[in-house]
Amino acid sequence: MTQKSAAATPEHVAPQELPFPPLNRGWGWLAWFSTTDHKKIGILYIVTSLFFFGVGGIEALLIRIQLAAPNARVLTPAEYNAIFTMHGTTMIFLVVMPILIGLANFLVPLMVGARDVAFPRLNALGYWVFLLGGIVIYLALFTGSLANAGWFSYAPLSEYAFSSRPGMDYWIVGLIETGVGTIGAAVNLIVTTVRYRAPGMTWRRMPLFVWMMFITSLLILFALTPLNAGLIMLLGDRILHMHFFRANASGGSAILWQHIFWFFGHPEVYIMALPAFGIISEVIPVFSRKPIFGYNFVAGSGVAIGLLSFAVWVHHMFAVGLGVPLNAAFSGASMLIAVPTGVKIFNWSTTMFQGRIRLKTPLLFAAAFIIQFVIGGITGIMFAVVPIDWQLTDSYFVVAHFHYVLFGGTMFALWAGVYYWFPKFTGRLLHERLGKWHFWLAVIGFNMTFFVQHILGLIGMARRTYTYPNLPGYFALNLISTIGAFILAVSVLLFLWNLVWSFRKGEIAGDNPWDAWTLEWATTSPPPEHNFVRLPPVNSARPLFDLAHPEMADGISKRTEGHA
Amino acid sequence: MDSLYSKANSVLSPASPYAHNIAHLFWVTFWISVVVLVFVSAFVIFNIVRYRDRNQGGLPPQIHGNTAVEVTWTVVPFVILAVLFIMTVQSMEAVSPPKHPKTPPIQVDVIAHQWWWEFRYPDNKVVTANELHIPTGQSIELTLTSDDVIHDFWVPELGRKMDAVPAHPNKLVIQADRPGVYLGTCAEYCGAEHAWMRIRVYAQKPSDFQTWLAGQAQPHPAPTKIQQIVGMGFFTSACSSCHNITGSGTPGAQDVGPDLTHLADRETLAAGVLPNTPKDLRKWLEDPQAIKPGVHMPNLHLTSQQLDGLVAYLEEK
Repeated sequence: MTQKSAAATPEHVAPQELPFPPLNRGWGWLAWFSTTDHKKIGILYIVTSLFFFGVGGIEALLIRIQLAAPNARVLTPAEYNAIFTMHGTTMIFLVVMPILIGLANFLVPLMVGARDVAFPRLNALGYWVFLLGGIVIYLALFTGSLANAGWFSYAPLSEYAFSSRPGMDYWIVGLIETGVGTIGAAVNLIVTTVRYRAPGMTWRRMPLFVWMMFITSLLILFALTPLNAGLIMLLGDRILHMHFFRANASGGSAILWQHIFWFFGHPEVYIMALPAFGIISEVIPVFSRKPIFGYNFVAGSGVAIGLLSFAVWVHHMFAVGLGVPLNAAFSGASMLIAVPTGVKIFNWSTTMFQGRIRLKTPLLFAAAFIIQFVIGGITGIMFAVVPIDWQLTDSYFVVAHFHYVLFGGTMFALWAGVYYWFPKFTGRLLHERLGKWHFWLAVIGFNMTFFVQHILGLIGMARRTYTYPNLPGYFALNLISTIGAFILAVSVLLFLWNLVWSFRKGEIAGDNPWDAWTLEWATTSPPPEHNFVRLPPVNSARPLFDLAHPEMADGISKRTEGHA
Repeated sequence: MDSLYSKANSVLSPASPYAHNIAHLFWVTFWISVVVLVFVSAFVIFNIVRYRDRNQGGLPPQIHGNTAVEVTWTVVPFVILAVLFIMTVQSMEAVSPPKHPKTPPIQVDVIAHQWWWEFRYPDNKVVTANELHIPTGQSIELTLTSDDVIHDFWVPELGRKMDAVPAHPNKLVIQADRPGVYLGTCAEYCGAEHAWMRIRVYAQKPSDFQTWLAGQAQPHPAPTKIQQIVGMGFFTSACSSCHNITGSGTPGAQDVGPDLTHLADRETLAAGVLPNTPKDLRKWLEDPQAIKPGVHMPNLHLTSQQLDGLVAYLEEK
């Protein structure tokens, strides 16, 4: 079986023979509620995130409609403020994190050759607690209010004195719950990676996606715990009249909240970026038909990023007035983190060099990821240059910057990953032509929406304003941005349609449609409940390559390292 | 209204040594960034075009890496960033308030409120709101604090931005090389009307500035017409629990709302949301919530007579 799966022509299976969800033991749809199978839980995470992606996307469009023209009154200030708060909260906590955790839930056990995660019931608990948190945040709608202090909810604006509606309390409690769920998932991924790798899979033979998820999980463990502590303190301030962050009460400090929040918040950026790096590190080699260039450096730079990510949080606070020495120290650390990130960029693009590049949708998204992520990265360096940050932070320039990182970067990487692994999840390929339409519309829409926002920031437009006076250039650039957002929305609709259509009618994929090299492709698509009938030997980071090309297996070719 | 906002306020059109310094650093970083972006994009696109699979079969060379190359692209960016870091620290010192200034800078206390700015000239006992007057060619040291939540003072052409944090005074230094109006805004999200917490800085020749300052130090003109007398009467009985007008006979020092002494000298109302004309002021007083929803000033349901009186008194020159 393993020989077959590594062969160039995939085994064709008739559609009616594909069990979906995989082996549900006759429980029907109820199986989705009781399941502890990592694959089903992964799918639950992903489907939940897609739902919230729709919610967050509609919020984004409402923001862009309100901002399309100066002095517009489509939304009231209160509505606008609640919507941008929920857009940020939703996209970060209910879309990007859970979809990445969902992918990892499905893929990490398969990639390390395990039957399931280490603690399947904790895994299920994690998902359901996360879902509860997401629901609680939006349940606030029934109180007639939503959180409206922004996704980083700076005190004292988030304190009872300035936000007395209950939406804030729902937001805090909901986030604590999603945090607990996410920590459960992280513990599982860490233990699974440490304890359940297949025989022969040493740390240096682990797929890079697993490496990046392992580092991400450690970051979750050390970053979400302080966030939850901070949220509990804020809740104490609001409902028990404590005064951790109330400035004028005895001993409270508004700035303390910012330290706690960004001690979580910056690692959080890498929690959302490292899995994307992992996806790109899988997709680019497979579609370039070459091993990743500099495996050790890609993995090692991930570790460096993970460590440094805890030493840069003050770069979100340069305008607070903490003094030149402290700001300079964090400026240096923030610049330093660009070095390992650059190493990754160079390794990915060099992996493509002299390859045999198959221009399929996953590779297109991966290539756009590299370029867009570089734009987000260099504007990131600008924010590490403190005086530039002193001008541009809290302007539309920063909005453009983090959307280049999180949408142009992470979201594009996720799309690369979805096109790449969809066949493993469902047994069917996504439609390639629809995929290319999706890709090009997404590239045009994304860049049109967010590139102009760099200019808006430079010409003095502050972020988070529900409207703006008709200053020179503001109207035209905002209108372009809004039109871009609608093009992007069309591309997302095409993507969702592609998922639905291909799930039902897509081309049958077979075990290994891309001729890929890691263990998840050594089983059927979708995999059986126990994942593998038999594992191939693992003698390198590309076990299926070694099987298909015993004469030039990685163990041998590694000796020629450095020779083109 | 649009005429109030016909001037750009760009980070890249600096009008002070501080903003110049930052704009210069921006351009240096920008051009380094352009080189990096062009290099990486060109390489990626070149690879896709040049090494696209044309069904030639077989495998490309299986290259696993090259340590010398890896070390190069670790060290070169590190060196570039080290240089950038040195430039950063130099610039940080240059745009921060000097520790030992040759001449003591003019001091202005800036107190941020939801959603307006209070400007106090402590040496002259002048208080104004939303429109800051400064003399050209000299450094102004602003001491920023907040009365409620965190705000941020940002006038891009004159210098860096700085948060106004409750119970945490911050020093910011700005300067204007040329006379003119410089636009700015609150840059830290501060609640419902964050959008309308705009700043106008009027840089005047030092002599003009001194004239302005002396004028502001005078009490509000005494009412002469009957309408103005009615207006002052209503002001002292109703408005003065939040607002101050020097010379109106109220206790003074209320800063729940902006100080309205010499309101007629200002170009805008309610932190930039309306031009300051009698007609617009009347509209504002009639229903502030309709113009700036969420503003802390309630609709006082004033009668037409009260409105006429207040407008006449407030807009008195």
